[in-house]
Amino acid sequence: MNRSRLGAWLSFAIGALYFLVPLIATMEFAMRIRRGQYTFDAFQIVLTDARFQATFTYSTVVALATIAVGTLLVVPTAYWVRLRLPHLRPVVEFITLLPLVIPAIVIVFGYLRMYNSSSLVPLTDTDLGTDILLTFGYATLALPYMYRSVDAGLQAIDIHTLTEAAENLGARWPTILFRIILPNIRVAVLSGALLTFAIVIGEFTLASLLNRPAFGPYLQLIGANRAYEPAALAIIAFAITWACMGLIQLFARQTQTAPAR
Amino acid sequence: MFLEISNLRKTFGTYTAVQHFDMKIDRGEFISFLGPSGCGKTTTLRMMAGFETPTEGMIRIGNRDITGLRPNQRKIGMVFQSYALFPNMTVADNVAFGLKVARRPGAEIAQRVEEMLKLIGLPQLGNRYPFQLSGGQQQRVALARALAPKPQVLLLDEPLSALDAKIRVSLREEIRAVQRELGITTIYVTHDQEEALSMSDRIVVMNEGRVEQIGTPFEIYNLPRTRFVASFVGTLNILQARVLDGPAGRVAVDDQEIVVATGLSGARPGETCSLALRPEAIRIDQPAPSGNRLQGSIEEVSFLGSVVRVRVRFDRNSVSIDTFNNPGLTLPERGRPVTISFARDDLVVLQQAPG
Repeated sequence: MNRSRLGAWLSFAIGALYFLVPLIATMEFAMRIRRGQYTFDAFQIVLTDARFQATFTYSTVVALATIAVGTLLVVPTAYWVRLRLPHLRPVVEFITLLPLVIPAIVIVFGYLRMYNSSSLVPLTDTDLGTDILLTFGYATLALPYMYRSVDAGLQAIDIHTLTEAAENLGARWPTILFRIILPNIRVAVLSGALLTFAIVIGEFTLASLLNRPAFGPYLQLIGANRAYEPAALAIIAFAITWACMGLIQLFARQTQTAPAR
Repeated sequence: MFLEISNLRKTFGTYTAVQHFDMKIDRGEFISFLGPSGCGKTTTLRMMAGFETPTEGMIRIGNRDITGLRPNQRKIGMVFQSYALFPNMTVADNVAFGLKVARRPGAEIAQRVEEMLKLIGLPQLGNRYPFQLSGGQQQRVALARALAPKPQVLLLDEPLSALDAKIRVSLREEIRAVQRELGITTIYVTHDQEEALSMSDRIVVMNEGRVEQIGTPFEIYNLPRTRFVASFVGTLNILQARVLDGPAGRVAVDDQEIVVATGLSGARPGETCSLALRPEAIRIDQPAPSGNRLQGSIEEVSFLGSVVRVRVRFDRNSVSIDTFNNPGLTLPERGRPVTISFARDDLVVLQQAPG
């Protein structure tokens, strides 16, 4: 093996250790809940905890709603910008990057100010109203990932000619968007959706300050009061995120075996 | 007259892409727009399809002015250069798309799709996806998809340019056969003169946004009106001559006198003019009692397979002559003096391009 390849493998090994060692240590710690032996009891306690099931279910439902809102917002926007307003692409890209630089706490304090019980639209008065706020907050946080994913998908197909072909056959824009464009970028939308899911599941700030029973605050609560269970929870949260990434890779590979022209 | 284009003009800022395009087309005619890249042929086609808004002018189909209509309201079928098949749909679904959008009954759609697939010779491929088809098959499906909703007019934007030469030849014959069978008025955009000459009832030769000439393939090839048409369509020899007697058609090419059958009305002695002469009209070292003769020498001989191209130099002028290859004859040597002959009718006086 020559020196450059040895260097590459060495760098890879150091990087892998940097990420894997803490994970292995966390896993090992979680398995030491019973003194003197390794067991999965901490994982069992977590998974059978009613609060875990309730908060995970809640966050999953909110994640699905966030994905729906994000898709309905981003897909037509990205499509229209590419098709008719290419000069606005830098502006739209800048806007979609803002959630990366503006902390979530700014968003939630803005919400509380605008939608509190003494405002014109008192959404925080009801649970449903607060859930809606949370969903839109999450859609904002996931915007950079969803937009970039969808935009990359649109770039891979010839949306101009496909749109013209569909128009020529009598279709209007809703038909074009939902029967031609969306099916052809479903992998990109799915990638954005899975990234959104991973973000929502682990998010703490918005859920905590809006006082919603989400998974993020549950993680924090367990971490503040227990020892071994938080470690097990951390591994479970990592596993969920890795599963999402794995699914993205799987769907992307399926598309490569059936290329669209 | 079925399709009328009146004074169509298109500008992009200060750039004029199409200038004053006028044409009347009969039902069932096959018209080609022929010209180099950037001549305005695709822009004109796109204005007919509704993808570009004319700056000025009108397009009428039958009694209906379609100029202001959206593309999805015009009932015009279009075949794109890149096929533009919908990748997420099967061949059958692609062909059925226009009919489903028009909310036709399911039984009618199924029957029409079957008809169309038979017409293009792909009845067994309804369940395939576009990525599973060859380029030629995809283009046929694109044609079927455009024809399925029974449009009034069919537009084709360089549909064969992405295909290899052999497929192009067979597919253009198929396209023409389908068009004849259906009797649909068709506009075909191409930069390939062979396609235009072999397929069309009439050809519109365009250059720099202008219409240079409209005519049948015979007229365009044998009676080009401008230097551009003469040089763009087919190989052409252009002789620079000096007028001796305009009305009588007597001119001098490198101090050798020849006669133009049509005469040069309005030309004064001493003026220069350009004369076009097709390579296939010229004979080498053969008698031409009532024709023209010029003496020169062989400058170059090119063996092109079935054709042998000989270049003969006079003084400032030269001509290319195409003859069929004959294995029994030896090729002429370079530098050999020769006499070429051609009929007086074969000379075409070239005009300046219309302003």
